[in-house]
Amino acid sequence: MVAGVVAGHARAFARTTLLLAGAVVQALMSVGTIVALVLAVGQGMVFIFAPLVRTHRRVTALARRRALAWSGVEIPEPYEPPPPPPVPDAEGWYRSDRVLYKTPRVPAFNQRYKWLLGDPATWRDMLWIASDSVVAAVVGLLPLSLAGYGLAVAVPWVTPVPWPAVFAVPAGLAMTLGAFMLAPVLLRTHAVWCSWLLGSTPRARIARDMGRLARSRSDALDAQNAELRRIERELHDGAQARLVAVGMTLGAAHDLVRADPGAARTLLGQARSESAAALAEIRGLVRGIHPPVLAERGLGDAVRALALDSPLNVDVVVDLQVRPTAPVEAAAYFAVSELLAEAARDERAERVEIDVSPRGMALRITLTGVGAPAPAVLAGIERRIGVFDGVVVVGREGVGPPMITIELPQALAHTTEGTHPKMPLSKSIPVVLGWSLGWLPLFPQGFVAGVNKIVNPENRSWFLALYLPEPMQWPFIGLMIMLGTFLYGMATALPLLHSREHGTDACAPAFTYRRR
Amino acid sequence: MRVAIAEDLYLLREGLVHLLRAHGLDVVAAVETGPELLKALTGDPPDVAIVDVRLPPTFTDEGLQAALEARRRVPGLPVLVLSQHVEQLYARELLADGSGSVGYLLKDRVFDAAQFVDALRRVAGGGTAMDPEVIAKLLASNARSAPLGRLTAREREVLALMAEGRSNAAIAQRLFLSESAVGKHTASIFAKFDLAPSDDDNRRVLAVLAYLNAQP
Repeated sequence: MVAGVVAGHARAFARTTLLLAGAVVQALMSVGTIVALVLAVGQGMVFIFAPLVRTHRRVTALARRRALAWSGVEIPEPYEPPPPPPVPDAEGWYRSDRVLYKTPRVPAFNQRYKWLLGDPATWRDMLWIASDSVVAAVVGLLPLSLAGYGLAVAVPWVTPVPWPAVFAVPAGLAMTLGAFMLAPVLLRTHAVWCSWLLGSTPRARIARDMGRLARSRSDALDAQNAELRRIERELHDGAQARLVAVGMTLGAAHDLVRADPGAARTLLGQARSESAAALAEIRGLVRGIHPPVLAERGLGDAVRALALDSPLNVDVVVDLQVRPTAPVEAAAYFAVSELLAEAARDERAERVEIDVSPRGMALRITLTGVGAPAPAVLAGIERRIGVFDGVVVVGREGVGPPMITIELPQALAHTTEGTHPKMPLSKSIPVVLGWSLGWLPLFPQGFVAGVNKIVNPENRSWFLALYLPEPMQWPFIGLMIMLGTFLYGMATALPLLHSREHGTDACAPAFTYRRR
Repeated sequence: MRVAIAEDLYLLREGLVHLLRAHGLDVVAAVETGPELLKALTGDPPDVAIVDVRLPPTFTDEGLQAALEARRRVPGLPVLVLSQHVEQLYARELLADGSGSVGYLLKDRVFDAAQFVDALRRVAGGGTAMDPEVIAKLLASNARSAPLGRLTAREREVLALMAEGRSNAAIAQRLFLSESAVGKHTASIFAKFDLAPSDDDNRRVLAVLAYLNAQP
């Protein structure tokens, strides 16, 4: 335990030193970048630009990985997606602006150029490389110099201070220890600073979300169209044709009923079986559109009905107090239905467990004992649930049976609309106190007291700090300012954290802490 | 025999009333909604009720729920449930109390009036009438279980008809066998399933269905 903590601090210390080395590299890179930019823009050597940006992205990718590995700060990539390859027009020409080209080389180059130049993340990367060379240098130098200075103070024959060894040795060791204590905090602070420039901006996030939404919308429309065409075809070739046959047979029976009652009876029997077949076909079709059991009973019993019809041994656990909306239910139902049908084809599959339960506002369905389906099936399921931002995860836990998890976020959101869980008193009281009392230490006892101490130290007025003995005055003022800042910070942070916990935060955070 | 009908589609309801009257049955109530059905079944219980699964006002499984509730209040009340689709899930719920006198048929079965009335009489007499499609689904979902694999093709046919609730005589007629041959087949099926043989049609059906439902 203790050894682990010590090792952790030592590791963090070593890493801050590594940051220092990185800072040197970044400083050199910044100089190189300026030269390259001057050449690219000033001398027209635009072909330098793409490799330059690629190099930057490699360096920043490293920094993102570093922030996650060293401090647990996850920084998502902010880049806009690359442009699709150029498509030739009807005559086989490639168009770029107003010029036509025979090969896609130049248009592709122009597209890439615009893509890299137009992405704000490109410039933010450059800004980070330049400014981080300074920040990282400070972060790296601080613990190193503090530890070095502390060691120097502690060693009697090199000590730079004229203190007796009784003071100097503990003081020096304390400084060194302090440097080690400081290292992880500095490292994390540095990671958060990196996330500020390297993370995605709200604009980039919105652009990405919009791209995804447009894709899923067109997928949904395609799927719906295909479905309608299939239904039309099946009605046309199946039930409709059969009903025509029924009508014709009845007509023939009608004509024969006097002349040949026996033949008429046979025909009527035919008409009856024909209409039964039409009904059976329509039943199958209805099942494919919206299964009756789903409409009648909801997702839980519909999945139970699927389990009963499956040749596999399926256990179903459903924990749903409320029904998701009908489209979500249908998407979830068909996903489970397709996965079970796939599993039934798999000779190895035997026991399947299906768990349908809420996860906050999300609906999660876990199928244990179901292996990865064929890629086409998986793609179909993804398309179906993609409309609702749903995801499918295929995998297994350790050596356990294979598992498929379907998660539909916000599937149950409609049930809690307007009933956003209120903050408990243990949170709302500190918020009220913070907002109502924060000003008191921050201004009258903090900043104003400080200004007064500088300007007119004789007038003690209502400033508590000035009634204390002289050496305690500045620390007390500092403490008051910190207290005020803390109160305001708490009052701001608590509601934010609360809403994020309960999933009502519309905007994803720029970075997330990952528990390790 | 006094019959109550719950069906929301006018044409189908009137058609059923005509069909039953033509076969000499007495239709005492023909209702449209779930609550009306419950009142008709519990107030003055008929000899048998014909119930559509989906009824107003919710158009979910209103009819089924009303039928189940009525059977809770009037134990053993014969109910024949009709639906546009059949589910093993509903069949299980109907059979769950083990008291028999239940039927569960596709609406298509009304086409064959004689067979339909026969099934209705069977249910009224304490027997069961399961739709062949329910049984087919049940057998298909048990296709991988070992005991079913041990049956011969003929035994499977007998099992399916038996599970529908038919008597040995009816099975014999259907499969063009002698009654004693059917008896031999059923005895063999029961032996392969390790079930105590029974001549009571209803008990026999329940035993077979319970056995198949319990199979992993």
